[in-house]
Amino acid sequence: MSDVVEMARLMQGNEAVVEGALAAGVRFFAGYPITPSTEIAELMAERLPGLGGKFIQMEDEIASMAAVIGASLAGVKALTATSGPGFSLKQENIGYAAMAEIPCVIVNVQRWGPSTGIPTAPSQGDVMQARWGTHGDHPVIVLCPASVREAYMLAIRAVNLSEKYRVPVILLMDEVIGHMRERVVLPRAGEVEIIERKKPAGEPKDYYPYRPDEDGVPPMANFGDGYRYHVTGLVHDEQGNPTTDPRVAESLILRLHRKIYDHLDDVVTVEGYQLEDAEVVVVAYGAVARSAKRAVKDARAAGIKAGLFRPVTIWPFPEKEVAELAVRVRHIIVAEMNLGQLKGEVERAVQGRVRVTGVNRLNGELITFDEILSAVKEVTSDAQSG
Amino acid sequence: MLSQVESHLRSDRFPHIWCPGCGNGIVLAALVRAIEELGLNPDKTVVVSGIGCSSRAAGYLDFNTLHTTHGRALAFATGIKLARPELDVFVLMGDGDATAIGGNHFIHAARRNIDLTAIIFNNSIYGMTGGQYSPLTPPGKRATTAPYGNIERNFDIAELAKGAGATYVARTTTYHATMLEKLIVAGARNKGFSVIEAITACPVGYGRRNKMGNGLQMLLWQKEHAVTVKQAEKMNPEELQDKIIIGELYRGEAPEYTAMYEEIIARVKSKNQ
Repeated sequence: MSDVVEMARLMQGNEAVVEGALAAGVRFFAGYPITPSTEIAELMAERLPGLGGKFIQMEDEIASMAAVIGASLAGVKALTATSGPGFSLKQENIGYAAMAEIPCVIVNVQRWGPSTGIPTAPSQGDVMQARWGTHGDHPVIVLCPASVREAYMLAIRAVNLSEKYRVPVILLMDEVIGHMRERVVLPRAGEVEIIERKKPAGEPKDYYPYRPDEDGVPPMANFGDGYRYHVTGLVHDEQGNPTTDPRVAESLILRLHRKIYDHLDDVVTVEGYQLEDAEVVVVAYGAVARSAKRAVKDARAAGIKAGLFRPVTIWPFPEKEVAELAVRVRHIIVAEMNLGQLKGEVERAVQGRVRVTGVNRLNGELITFDEILSAVKEVTSDAQSG
Repeated sequence: MLSQVESHLRSDRFPHIWCPGCGNGIVLAALVRAIEELGLNPDKTVVVSGIGCSSRAAGYLDFNTLHTTHGRALAFATGIKLARPELDVFVLMGDGDATAIGGNHFIHAARRNIDLTAIIFNNSIYGMTGGQYSPLTPPGKRATTAPYGNIERNFDIAELAKGAGATYVARTTTYHATMLEKLIVAGARNKGFSVIEAITACPVGYGRRNKMGNGLQMLLWQKEHAVTVKQAEKMNPEELQDKIIIGELYRGEAPEYTAMYEEIIARVKSKNQ
């Protein structure tokens, strides 16, 4: 017990991301300063050399994403951090990483947008950008922490998932989580599983860099390890060579999807609070989930059977879990700091089986628990009167 | 000569995509001969390219090869080199790739003096998209997007690289293929950011529109317009007006980025002990 107490510390969300990423084995960071993610770059610059890792402040966000991909291809776990406008700039190369199957993690500490917006104000306006910011169709994994400790844990998980599935993973934070300081007790080294990418085993001449194993994921050789191969963002065959063959194009893109969607049980995590007998459920993620939890507690105290459903993985969207919810609850409220980006996904999963109401705020302030509580009361009293 | 080059080619990838008369193959062959001459280990050699006709060269080479996004080759290469400085990294770019969309990365790679060898295939045009003007299209020349003649001034890649901090700068043409090989060798031996501009011909996208004839005639044009650094010293500005100065143009001394970073690692680690 004393060990655990000793490890308790006051930590900022952005700092937790850095420590989590380092614990997961990240040894390369390339970035460009942007509020409110900057502390991640600053701390990486300080921490990496002591661990034999490398930090570089690139000339722009595009270059940062490119350098991260290059480092990952050279065999080093790599991460970058940014905020909305920078995230937009990274998109082309995020798509490249998805297509060429290069593991990497992109942290987006969301700020109020569009455009330069309010750099220091929280928002959850990049939910759709995280899913559809690149061109073309490819799956993504997006994780959304609601506490400082979870920022640490999900940074590790983001690295693990990116290595396991050879996919860019986005850690989608909001300014509140990024800048908040909380007392956290971190797990000790060895208590958390750290995943390394699969390596090819055979002779280099027999290596097909894009021939998948049964799990849909091809083993990955690092540049410099003796397996010489070609990497391109063009449609490529199993050898990595470009082709315009429609069958190859289709099977490649379907495999990219399959390697994620065949493993939803591993990729998708959600958290429930007081869901067992809930009649009204608040769906919330990130900082808003904290307000929602308090609203649920207060609603319970007022005799309302309320619950909280928090998607930790927001993409792939936990469709099955929300659909299950829809058959047993009477109301769903989606609270988010935007005009309803995740609400649309909830409605899609619910398929009209239950009414979905939004609690939205987009003035740069966090949604408060009493706003959510009023919404809970409103929908439940509507039901009684109706 | 082919046999010397062939062992480093992915022969199954041929025929290549380049048009008849295109000079890109000459640059590719010069690179391979240079790598042979340097005696590099193919497993530790990385070739990164951007987007465009020239950047398809990476796919034909049997090294660790990376065909990236348009303009970003140097940024990808920076990540590779910094992550694993023991790798020898060559970066192949077209003129539009390197100096328009990739212009920012180009000047910053030079400023950092990171140990990459950049080879710019300068055919004065965007070839793959069908002949639009690039920052290297000379004023007055025609392109699909400059139907009345280009009104933009063109960059001098060598001056740009030198001004930005590159420590090795050279230029030649595909007519001077042997010199090109030697310049690549010297550039790769330079511990820092090296730029070799290879003037090459795009008879289809540039030559045809500007009445420069076929590939062979464009090669002869290169021969006629090139003067060596030594010859240029004896020529006056009027004589040099339409000439291309070829050879080693600049050598500078500056600390190399990855080496300096290794020093930081050593310093921080010793302090932590």
